[in-house]
Amino acid sequence: MHWVFETEMNKPNSKVKKTPHIIVSDLTMAYGDFVIQRDLNFTVNHNDIFIIMGGSGCGKSTLLRHLIGLKSPAKGQVYYGDINFWDAEPAERSRIMRKCGILYQKGALWSSMTLAENVALPLEEYTDLSDPAIKEIVSLKLALVGLAGYEEFYPSEISGGMQKRAGLARAMALDPEILFFDEPSAGLDPVSARRLDDLILELRDSLGTTVVVVTHELASIFAIGSNSVFLDAESRTMIAQGDPHLMLAETVDPKVKEFLTRGKTVSAETFPG
Amino acid sequence: MPHGVCPVIPAQWCRKEMQVHGKIDFSHPSPDIMHAVISGAWQMDSKLLSPAATLLSRLESNPRIKRLILDANGLAGWDTSFLTFIRTITKECRKRDVGLEIKGLPEGVSRLLHLASVVPEQKDSHQKKKRQPFIYVVGENAVLFATATVQMIDFIGEATLSCWNFLLGKARFRRIDLLLFIEECGAESLPIVTLISVLVGLILAFVGAVQLKLFGAQIYVANLVAIAMAREMGALMTGIIMSGRIGAAYAAQLGTMQVNEEIDALKTMGISPMEFLVLPRLFAMMLMMPLLTLYSDLLGIMGGAIVGVGMMDITVVQYLTQTQATLDLTNISLGIAKAGIYAIIIALSGCMRGMQSGRSAAAVGEATTSAVVTAIVGIIVTDGIFAVLCDALGI
Repeated sequence: MHWVFETEMNKPNSKVKKTPHIIVSDLTMAYGDFVIQRDLNFTVNHNDIFIIMGGSGCGKSTLLRHLIGLKSPAKGQVYYGDINFWDAEPAERSRIMRKCGILYQKGALWSSMTLAENVALPLEEYTDLSDPAIKEIVSLKLALVGLAGYEEFYPSEISGGMQKRAGLARAMALDPEILFFDEPSAGLDPVSARRLDDLILELRDSLGTTVVVVTHELASIFAIGSNSVFLDAESRTMIAQGDPHLMLAETVDPKVKEFLTRGKTVSAETFPG
Repeated sequence: MPHGVCPVIPAQWCRKEMQVHGKIDFSHPSPDIMHAVISGAWQMDSKLLSPAATLLSRLESNPRIKRLILDANGLAGWDTSFLTFIRTITKECRKRDVGLEIKGLPEGVSRLLHLASVVPEQKDSHQKKKRQPFIYVVGENAVLFATATVQMIDFIGEATLSCWNFLLGKARFRRIDLLLFIEECGAESLPIVTLISVLVGLILAFVGAVQLKLFGAQIYVANLVAIAMAREMGALMTGIIMSGRIGAAYAAQLGTMQVNEEIDALKTMGISPMEFLVLPRLFAMMLMMPLLTLYSDLLGIMGGAIVGVGMMDITVVQYLTQTQATLDLTNISLGIAKAGIYAIIIALSGCMRGMQSGRSAAAVGEATTSAVVTAIVGIIVTDGIFAVLCDALGI
């Protein structure tokens, strides 16, 4: 298996100092009375590539929505640095969010605008750059995700994978301190998914971005993850956290092991002989 | 190919040739044992009717049976219908404490059945609503109504604040969006408004003509049409057309944006969806509705004139002079004022339902329906309030 070898090369640089960037403490998430996950405690450090993983329907994306201010917690806190995100004033919250870039599951490009306008909107909104300067940045960001020349296309005119990459270009527009990815490789072909992983690593290394990725793509988890949390749908809480490689090597929990080994243990039982 | 001979071709291809439908035969070697022999092809389209029920009714009628032997050696073909049969029988035998022995089960069947039982059934995933007592349902609906009202007031408040921000020059939206929406509500609505207004004018004139003829007062058809169009029908008909055309479109647009997470993307970008999406739509409607209403008034009067001149010996000049004498600025501005308010109702209900929409295709459909219903109810209620107020104020 290729990725085992690669993980060694992609191991996070241990010389970088680890300071907390996002702290989640005692977080309980619920829709009404229906608790999705409870008692979540973890820390995302500066420069981490933090993976939120778990099976389908365990609340990974919901956790992301709590981190980016779209859904308020039933209980518990989310800290950005030393600011309690959900207790802060709306103005403070949007100030924090401005330092975050988010790539949504389906790209979430604004469908009435061209790709260039999509990427340009945050720049127009939050910088005093001149129009030509914005245009330069837009074409650079689109080129970075492999979409040079697609400036005047509308989101509906390009493929799903391209929409996703354009969404990434938009998320990177303001050089955010934290990048959130919701299932980045879902719907991408293996080569594009791999290129996206490389891009994430590159952004972390060159711009010092903290990255939070929601995914269940094993190849990505081991290729880029430096820290992680494992959510379990059945017990409705996190059952493992830490470096995914160490997790794979050391875990004794059958569920974590099954997930990280692509369920080999079960398939042996399923088809005996 | 001769019947029943297919040495190379897989069994399922020979289904038609073999024509052996699934069959189940029973025998009772001893009083507490039932022997069931399964043969033929068990396919969903075969004529075997509910074999499981037949077998179970036999078990039911002989409670002494403690063992069931299924012999599937004669099975010629199978699909899901056979799987469900085996699954049901296994479940029922376990429930009735009857020993089950299956002979000659094809390997594929046992593998699939095993696969279906690997992941245990999620117990609390059944979210089906239980039947609740009447009083509970009433209470629940009352609470839902209250929350819906609060949400509506919340939305109106937020929209008002955004308008205030706009007046302060702080609200942000793309000018090009506003122009596009103006085109959509204004120019593109002209044909349908034309058609409906002329027809409404015609109808009013017909209805009036029949009654007024009795008094020999046909000329007053002009008064009737002019007053009715300017005060009521112009704004009302335009409002209803625009609810269907524009209110529904707004709800569908914003609902789809909700599904695509576009609204989330705006929020997390720190851009207010209220300013960016709702304001241009609201302003486009507020600008275009009064103009469309004025246009509708004119065409309605024209429709009345067609009937008056064409059927009642009134000359064009007579008709127009009579209209001119009847209409004053009060009537026309009353209609236009109503149109402005209807515009707000239509735009806000469309946008509100769109923003509240769930994240599925069905939810967007519901949002669209709900937007049109809300808008039309709002328009009619407002019109009623206007009627009472005008009467009280003597306008």
